[in-house]
Amino acid sequence: MWEYTEKVKEHFLNPRNVGEIENPDGVAEVGSLACGDALKLTFKLDENKRIKDAKFKTFGCASAIASSSALTEIIKGMTVDEALKVSNKDIAQYLGGLPDEKMHCSVLGKQALEKAVENYRGAPAMEAGAKIICECFGVTDKEIERAIRENNLATVEDVTNYTKAGGGCGGCHDAIQQIIDRVKAEPKAETKPRLTNIQKIRLIEETIDKEIRPSLKHDGGDLEIIDIIGNRVIVALRGACSTCKASEITLKDFVEHRLKELVSPDITVEEASK
Amino acid sequence: MKTIYFDNNATTQVAPEVLDAMLPYFRDLYGNPSSMHTFGGQVGQKIRAAREQVAALLGALPEELVFTSCGTESDNSAIRSALTTRPEKKHIVISRVEHPAVRALCTHLSLQGYKITELPVDKNGNLDLENLEKSLTPDTAIVSLMWGNNETGVIFPVEAAAKMAHEKGILFHTDAVQATGKIPINMKNNVIDMLSISGHKLHASKGVGVLYVRRGTKFSPFLIGGHQEKERRGGTENSSGIIGLGKACELAAINMEKENTSVRRLRNKLEEELLKRIPQSRVNGDIENRLPNTTNISFEYVEGEAILLLMNELGICASSGSACTSGSLQPSHVLRAMGVPFTMAHGSIRFSLSVYNTEDEVDFVIEKMPPIIERLRGMSPFWNQAGQACTNQ
Repeated sequence: MWEYTEKVKEHFLNPRNVGEIENPDGVAEVGSLACGDALKLTFKLDENKRIKDAKFKTFGCASAIASSSALTEIIKGMTVDEALKVSNKDIAQYLGGLPDEKMHCSVLGKQALEKAVENYRGAPAMEAGAKIICECFGVTDKEIERAIRENNLATVEDVTNYTKAGGGCGGCHDAIQQIIDRVKAEPKAETKPRLTNIQKIRLIEETIDKEIRPSLKHDGGDLEIIDIIGNRVIVALRGACSTCKASEITLKDFVEHRLKELVSPDITVEEASK
Repeated sequence: MKTIYFDNNATTQVAPEVLDAMLPYFRDLYGNPSSMHTFGGQVGQKIRAAREQVAALLGALPEELVFTSCGTESDNSAIRSALTTRPEKKHIVISRVEHPAVRALCTHLSLQGYKITELPVDKNGNLDLENLEKSLTPDTAIVSLMWGNNETGVIFPVEAAAKMAHEKGILFHTDAVQATGKIPINMKNNVIDMLSISGHKLHASKGVGVLYVRRGTKFSPFLIGGHQEKERRGGTENSSGIIGLGKACELAAINMEKENTSVRRLRNKLEEELLKRIPQSRVNGDIENRLPNTTNISFEYVEGEAILLLMNELGICASSGSACTSGSLQPSHVLRAMGVPFTMAHGSIRFSLSVYNTEDEVDFVIEKMPPIIERLRGMSPFWNQAGQACTNQ
């Protein structure tokens, strides 16, 4: 049995805004019977160009119906530009979260919204330059790229959970992996946020555990954090490292270098006096 | 809220008589049947009696039975034993509608170099023995075909299939987890080499199963350990579970007629009324050649998980072959193998009854299902206001 939140259950049992608006300003149909979920979204604007009413009809599981219901509630009162900023994560969050395997239900809502706005603006149905990657579920490269970026997806399985792409014959798994690799290789525009002391200490510990210790262990060595004072990280070398003549180089060129790169450029690493 | 349990192919209620038979072996008679003292040894005697009870239901010899922990263990043990005792043979024949206990194992074995043939079924879920005949090669170690299908109830001609395999010197195993207790099984009248049973599908407890191994069949144990089960399955016996299963088999023999008369009648009533009251619905699987307790019905243009959750609100338990209930994106492999279109498969519901279900329960479900389907169809973009399918999809 799926672990649905109370909010998902409530929106499934008492869905808001079921139906179709007559003479809508925007309309979209996404998904298909074969996919197992499909959504028809209609909306109408008021004189101030705000969404006055939105209605849905959905074929699908409980979370698909709840996601559609949530979507219509979220976008009511928004301008179309505001509505376009609503992400699949917003829909999931509105419902108190969705199981991983059901995230595609929230993506379906997002897709319907975009298509309905395109319909309102008279724009083409498919994004310019988009190419179908998953033939089984009709998912394009642009949709996959966006899901990877917005949700920080790392594996083909994640992509399938969020977009359905790759959930059918599996013939597109290589293509999806290539998109993941491409998106991952993109330079990150965001600057690193300022860390509190506790966050910094945690990040230092995590970086040492995940990025540094495995390499040292590979050579039979290890390292222990003795203290962290401001940006000074005081460590003791253990195992093979403690007797290694090159340990000073390891500390500066490897440990300190990685911490500067991954935590903060101000970090210095010192060896505790023996 | 009263629970109406129509999901007996998933698991069954432990019969009150079975529970009574089991309880002393938790509370007072907790001894190890292998012990030298009478306190433990008397449990061993009860296990012997249970073995005779199970053997009586199957028309088997008591020494042909190996108690296991579940149907999956029995299936795994049978297939692995065939491969171990015939190491030169690298080919296995199963069907496309086998339980995961067989299918997933074979997928795993295929990665280790075994060749797997999955026999197709027709649109009613029936197996064509001609296809089996053609699939058998000198390299085939074992054929494993289920007796009764868990999703549709469709019955395979396993006795004829076993004969066919035997003529070519190939071992034959059947997963009889769903069939046992519902249709007569007499191992004296067939040449099946190995057969799997699960306790909790026939009103015994979870955690106990049986693998029947015909006398004279070479066997290699799956669990290696102590001398239990004549060294065919190591591990201290699940004494309470085994003793309960013995009682359950005794009851199953008595209830077999009821399964095929009153349970069948209730199943048929449920099915006929639902088909009559709900447009665009149909049965998946051969209507005649079927276990008496199972019906699998597709309601077009609605999705199975949504149906189940609305049924759940009324205390009605069943299951679905829809993609959403499985966690995968594809509907049930059984329905796909039968060529049921995705549009039908997504809205499939399996009702599986037992001797504990009543006419009142069936009437309640008959009354409650139409509004559930109507409500979901009312939300479906493929169903228009006139109550018909939109033809443009």
